[in-house]
Amino acid sequence: MTAPRTIAGLAARLAARELSAVELAQDTLDRIARLDPALNAFVTVDAEGALAQARAADEARARGAAGPLAGVPIAHKDVLMTAGLKTTCGSRMLGNFVAPYDAHVVEGLKRAGTVLVGKTNMDEFAMGSSNETSAFGPVKNPWNPAYVPGGSSGGSAAAVAARLVPGATGTDTGGSIRQPASLTGICGLKPTYGIASRYGLIAFASSLDTPGPFAQTAEDCALLLNAMAGHDPRDSTSLDRPVEDYTRTLRAAAGAKPLEGLRIGLPKEYFGAGNDPEVASAIDAALAEFRRLGATTVDVTLPAVKLSVPVYYVIAPAEASSNLSRFDGVRYGHRAARYDDLADMYRRTRAEGFGAEVKRRILVGTYVLSHGYYDAYYLKAQKVRRLIANDFSRAWGECDVIMGPTAPSPAFRFGDKGDDPVQMYLNDIFTIAANLTGAPALSMPCGFTKGGLPIGLQVQGNYFAESLILNVAHRYQQATDWHARVPPLAGQG
Amino acid sequence: MTLTLDDVRRIAHLARIDVDAQAVSDVHAKLEAIFAMINELQAVDTAGVEPMSHAQDVVLPLREDKVTETDRHADFQRIAPAVEDGLYLVPRVVE
Repeated sequence: MTAPRTIAGLAARLAARELSAVELAQDTLDRIARLDPALNAFVTVDAEGALAQARAADEARARGAAGPLAGVPIAHKDVLMTAGLKTTCGSRMLGNFVAPYDAHVVEGLKRAGTVLVGKTNMDEFAMGSSNETSAFGPVKNPWNPAYVPGGSSGGSAAAVAARLVPGATGTDTGGSIRQPASLTGICGLKPTYGIASRYGLIAFASSLDTPGPFAQTAEDCALLLNAMAGHDPRDSTSLDRPVEDYTRTLRAAAGAKPLEGLRIGLPKEYFGAGNDPEVASAIDAALAEFRRLGATTVDVTLPAVKLSVPVYYVIAPAEASSNLSRFDGVRYGHRAARYDDLADMYRRTRAEGFGAEVKRRILVGTYVLSHGYYDAYYLKAQKVRRLIANDFSRAWGECDVIMGPTAPSPAFRFGDKGDDPVQMYLNDIFTIAANLTGAPALSMPCGFTKGGLPIGLQVQGNYFAESLILNVAHRYQQATDWHARVPPLAGQG
Repeated sequence: MTLTLDDVRRIAHLARIDVDAQAVSDVHAKLEAIFAMINELQAVDTAGVEPMSHAQDVVLPLREDKVTETDRHADFQRIAPAVEDGLYLVPRVVE
């Protein structure tokens, strides 16, 4: 199969009946069988289910009832519930958990006709930036297996980067879509909080968790978002807004300067001395390209953003300590084999079921919410969260999008951040703010290091600016080919 | 605000997570590093700032007080570690 493996390209070939969904599903399963043993991107591959869905997609096509993505193979991050399929959350706690229902975004993509081929590996309970906390072993970066793919949605990112699937879902609580997209050279979008329902997303930090798409291109992310977005009364934070077609701005005709009039804000806080020099020069080159496309750049300042890491490490663990209290060995998941009484059963079940990073965050969260410390930590963090949101509100008066590196460095080697959790946390310094404010942000590839590792550009927008962000990325991708680079391991096509 | 070994034991108890005696000092060292980073917040002037608990200022929706879900008792209990007669089994708590 030599034609482009983008979602848009495959959907067109499926619609033209140049390719059947069954052929494509079988080819996808073959690629996974051949390449995934070296990557560990998948926790579960559902060959039988995928072929059955593909047959159904071909039948729907024959009846003239095919959805817009009928026959397109995808994978879901293993934090999203898939009825009848194992949903592990990268944890021993849910190692044998078979979900009793589908997440809302899983339903939406099913309705669009996608073929689910499997569930992707991830940092345990989505807590991590390197995929090293998964109970099922780390995912390898397709560009170099000695390097991490980023996290927590590292399996989805690696699967798309290695062209195992043209698209996948992820969830982003502090950068878990954008940082792995950056480290693996693909496109990943965290939509506005409330655009895509959290129903069936195993909760980590409920006020921050956001499902979103991974793909090779912005156009493909728009196609996936069309199927993922929409009001869902089962999530009380799901927003009831008119349905949008996120591809509409991408289809508009454009001249040589398609981004004429676009004001790009450059926060000086994103361009500090802490950035890797190769990252800094790739971002500068991308900005030069945007100016050629007609955009102008303006300096802005986000002084409180430097506090986003400490704010996040109060709010996210606090919410996690509450959300993860449900894993007690009573209703689902792991239960310790030996215990003395009920309290002992809880303690041993949780000690055995959770890995070190998850336990650490539960303990941090328990402490900041405990009697006497709530005001000093949790309330204080919520106030600083407001200061960060205020910085962005001011900046939106001066610019339409904000750009900078997605992560301060390219992918790092396994074990490099070793035993120091704080060093690992600092990898999310540029991504966390969009979770704290709830506004959308995207990462896309904009260059490579001399060593052949991808570099990601982050594009942030104001609330509900998904269409704008996707269009900005799309116009850049029409003028450049970073997104079309394929890791050597994945071969051609 | 310094975190003591006793604090670690206390929060481990509150979180219902067994932390064995040898592991306590390692857990303590890592938590201290995290709190050193978190404590940067204490220096920020937040006088008069309204706490932000959520991305959107939305009012919690209300729905009709009607049963809308089907009974999936059996499906949900099939995934439990121990059930009997439709009940979840746990170690005896009342003698």
